[in-house]
Amino acid sequence: MVSFELSDEQKMVQETVNSFAADQMEPLMRECDEQNSIPEEVISKGWELGLLGGCIPEEYEGFGEELSTVTGLIALEELAWGDLSMALHLMAPSVLAISVLDQGTEEQKKQILPAFCGEEFKAASSALVEPYYNFCPSALRTTAVNDGDEYVINGKKCLVPLAQESENMLVFAATAPGMGFAGVDAFIIPVSTKGVKVGEREKNMGIKALATYPVTFKDCRVPAASRLGGEAGCDFLRLLSRSRLALAALAVGMSRRALEHSRDYATQRIAFGEPIGSRQAIAFMIAEMAIEVDATRLLAWEAAWRCDRNIDFEKEAALAKNYAADMAMMVCDRGVQIMGGHGYVRDNPVELWFRNARGFAAFEGFVMV
Amino acid sequence: MIDFELSPRIKATKNMIHMFAESAVRPVARQYDEQEHEKPWDLLNMVQKVMGGGVAGAFGTEKKEDKGEEESKEKKPKETNLAGAVTVEEIFWGDAGIALSFPGPGLGGAAVQASGTPEQKEKFLARFSGDKPVWGAMAITEPEAGSDTANIKTTAVLDGDEWVLNGEKIFVTSGKSALEDSEGFVVVWATVDRSAGRAGIKPFIVEHGTPGMQITKIEDKMGIRCSDTVSISFMDCRIPKENILGSPEVVDKTKTEGFKKVMATFDATRPLVAAMAIGVGQAALDFLREYLTEEGVELRYGINPHRMTSLERDVMQMEADLKAARLLTWRALWMLDNGLRNDLQASMAKAKAGLAVTRITQKAVEIMGPLGYSRELLLEKWMRDSKINDIFEGTGQIQLLVTARRILGFSREQLK
Repeated sequence: MVSFELSDEQKMVQETVNSFAADQMEPLMRECDEQNSIPEEVISKGWELGLLGGCIPEEYEGFGEELSTVTGLIALEELAWGDLSMALHLMAPSVLAISVLDQGTEEQKKQILPAFCGEEFKAASSALVEPYYNFCPSALRTTAVNDGDEYVINGKKCLVPLAQESENMLVFAATAPGMGFAGVDAFIIPVSTKGVKVGEREKNMGIKALATYPVTFKDCRVPAASRLGGEAGCDFLRLLSRSRLALAALAVGMSRRALEHSRDYATQRIAFGEPIGSRQAIAFMIAEMAIEVDATRLLAWEAAWRCDRNIDFEKEAALAKNYAADMAMMVCDRGVQIMGGHGYVRDNPVELWFRNARGFAAFEGFVMV
Repeated sequence: MIDFELSPRIKATKNMIHMFAESAVRPVARQYDEQEHEKPWDLLNMVQKVMGGGVAGAFGTEKKEDKGEEESKEKKPKETNLAGAVTVEEIFWGDAGIALSFPGPGLGGAAVQASGTPEQKEKFLARFSGDKPVWGAMAITEPEAGSDTANIKTTAVLDGDEWVLNGEKIFVTSGKSALEDSEGFVVVWATVDRSAGRAGIKPFIVEHGTPGMQITKIEDKMGIRCSDTVSISFMDCRIPKENILGSPEVVDKTKTEGFKKVMATFDATRPLVAAMAIGVGQAALDFLREYLTEEGVELRYGINPHRMTSLERDVMQMEADLKAARLLTWRALWMLDNGLRNDLQASMAKAKAGLAVTRITQKAVEIMGPLGYSRELLLEKWMRDSKINDIFEGTGQIQLLVTARRILGFSREQLK
């Protein structure tokens, strides 16, 4: 039966994460962006929320009962409401952890998952995006060629979060180039593996506080056992789709914050003797922003609900992610526009959201629910 | 618990209505577009017999059932309004013009249901469940008062035991059906005191055949041609005193209760208009996808949008917009079913659906090129039909105004 009501547990998650985002993340947002760094303290406090450990079952030392994708989206929305860079840093390990949880062999689960159930933040990375024009996850240029008991990985990646500080990373590579999504596999490998070279930290337009790196793989030999899912391999499109849902939720959270900021400004800023929101030119922009934020959230939730019900959700996830990328840019652009010159200066958060928003079209991987 | 699965009951209804729309409505869609001002009487008689006026546009009847349920099984979660939207979407998938011409209480009946006294409800609503099709209509718009309903100039003056109405109403949906083709009525909005502004505007029930009331024009329209839209002139039209809609406090000209109460029916009708739009949008999208499949065009959803063909991107956008509109609509109705204030969400849904479907159908025609432009296919008709959804029951701009006022916390004086 159709319902739009959050469960008690979901309401609690929403409330808890939102208060963390408001108290701990948002006040640091500007400073982190200017300094290109995030204090360890906020990440370790964020880790105490147990968002990742809460997805991992007890048998792997976690404390989660059931993996609800919808609940995951609710938490991610609130995190990004606080700050996108911090949200991405905090949840960067989710790609490795959730991929293993969803599709890893029993051995891989036992080996990987307990590390994410401790009290301390455990960095982990993932490498999917490649530095090419028109990059597409279905046509990776990074390849993994089977050679006896090993795979040999070659290729270039970029936007690899926390590559420097992580022990392990999940690397996506084509094992059957030309086969589209079906030809992609994932490999769990230590960052220290020979043939892996982590480059200089990247300088991006937005999400500046998040440490991302280019990573090159040159004849990097990894054991066949490091292939996600073992001999059977993995369902890459499913993993990609889970990540797309997560990105959609982050886009919703950040855009919602930008909407609220614009709303407050429009009611307070006086021009021509009245609040600028009293003019339809501004008011209608805000109305459309509100409609699209809600529309995107529902698209993402519906796709996540399908995932939780084991119904095909890959197409819906792609629609939601692309819709979210467009929505975030539209909302944050208007956020700047509504504030005029004030929106363009760095005293104000909207320019930061605007720069962050453009990233959603380029982001793939990054986080997962 | 977030859930997007329709209940078994709604699913069953949806399937039944879809089959009906496909077999009985869609096949005559073109005919009643070309033969404007004619009614598919066989179909309408059948609809009346089978559904007793409880289908599309039959908002009043839906609510009546609702009340019965409330009394008998109080704890059962309600989904009457959501069920209505799903039904509406399927019928409009068949054809918007014909669906709008279906008999039932319509907006006039909805107003009686929402704010009428028990006596008024009994007197005016019983007729819709008879053997013969009967229509109810609502007359608000005037030549100089569209969205600005407070500017209504039609007057109602009490003279002894009667109200005397004078003025002109336009764009009355199903006005001819209600007043000439059946023994229906029209709810007419008139002012009892122009100096009282909105508070002076009251709804009056005028029965078919009342002397002094005349249909002066039947509009020729771009789309939804099967549905009649008329002008009505009132010249010293006398109606009984008790035909003012609502209780004594509603009638008090210092209060806007009556105005507000009838306005509150928009909370239910706006999402339903959104559902109407979505039905037409789904028809266009279904047609387009089937056609592309036959042509051997594969749509690749998961790839980078910049690697898609322009066609793939368009279809992806159309699908996402339609789905977003449907989810916003369901949310607005779910809230209504659960007794939550939903005026904001109702307007958001209507704003999104009205515009999205207008664009979806235009895009479908564009994609199909000369085939889309030809009257051989129904696509061009759907494009004409769907445009009304961004206009009636409050234009897209009015929906944005309502949405913005709520988001900003502004009154109608603060945000005009």
